[in-house]
Amino acid sequence: MIYVTYLEDLPLRAPVVLGSHTFTAEEVKRFARKYDPQPFHMSEEGAARSHFGRLCASGWHSAAAWMQALVAHRSESAAERTARGEPVAQLGVSPGFRDLHWYKPVYVEDTITFRSEVIGTRVSKSRPTWGIADYYCTGTNQNGDVAISFISTCFIERRPANRGCSEPLP
Amino acid sequence: MSKKLHWEDFEVGFFGSFGPITVTREDILDFAREFDPQPMHLDEDAARDSMLGGLAASGWQCCAFLTRLMVDGWLLNSTSMGSPGVEEVKWVTPLRPGDVITLKATITSKRASRSRPEMGICFFDLEMVNQRGECVMTLKNTQLYERRHHEVEPSAETAKGGRA
Repeated sequence: MIYVTYLEDLPLRAPVVLGSHTFTAEEVKRFARKYDPQPFHMSEEGAARSHFGRLCASGWHSAAAWMQALVAHRSESAAERTARGEPVAQLGVSPGFRDLHWYKPVYVEDTITFRSEVIGTRVSKSRPTWGIADYYCTGTNQNGDVAISFISTCFIERRPANRGCSEPLP
Repeated sequence: MSKKLHWEDFEVGFFGSFGPITVTREDILDFAREFDPQPMHLDEDAARDSMLGGLAASGWQCCAFLTRLMVDGWLLNSTSMGSPGVEEVKWVTPLRPGDVITLKATITSKRASRSRPEMGICFFDLEMVNQRGECVMTLKNTQLYERRHHEVEPSAETAKGGRA
């Protein structure tokens, strides 16, 4: 529920599994042709001659798959809350992220499980109806190794009663 | 000797401008449908009412286009050994359909790898600019390249590899 509840209701340091994705050779090559046509992302032969050894996904493909998992997870969570008659907080844009690490290559047929946890919240100074949350995000492969991690920042709605108030969060 | 750019060939300072790429509406929709199917990246009306103020590319697609500008700009003509990560990304101005983007690259520092003598490290400040001269995004990135002369004195210890 960490992407559908109001800023004030976000649980800190509680990792949530967003979903998993298995990377196929077809989609790894398709992403690479459009955005990252380096030999180790384009073909098995090119990868075999590189320091990676085997065909692996562009690092941005791994990051995009995290976003894909987030959006799917958020849709499901929003539907559940709506079904229970609970409000769904709007998710705003992201101003950016930091500390992105590609620890391990994501090889073809790897299954990456994506997780996020809230590590900090604050009220937006420029948009007082909104809060800002920092999320620690990871993608872990089938061997339990973290392949990618980063800290993403996102605008998320505040509780209706608090919007416009500038006092710090409880 | 290989003409490809090695670590020794990168000098601290402004490295160059690269591109352009024209980003189409179909590019934005294709990426959003697969990876970031939020209304602000898919639907004109929903996008107008969002913080983006109109249809705009997913931030992750901006990163992907920035990478394409680097790959075409110099990576394919280099001894790139990949990148361990990105220190910081700021999405500054929305990337819109029809935008023409270029990349400005600056090398802020460089050093040899402490653990792998065949490898050197360059630190880049990268800025994507649109046709109006507005900054679309900035990205601070660490990049790894082969060194020219590492093969001269290999040793059993360093041949094992390891972290930078």
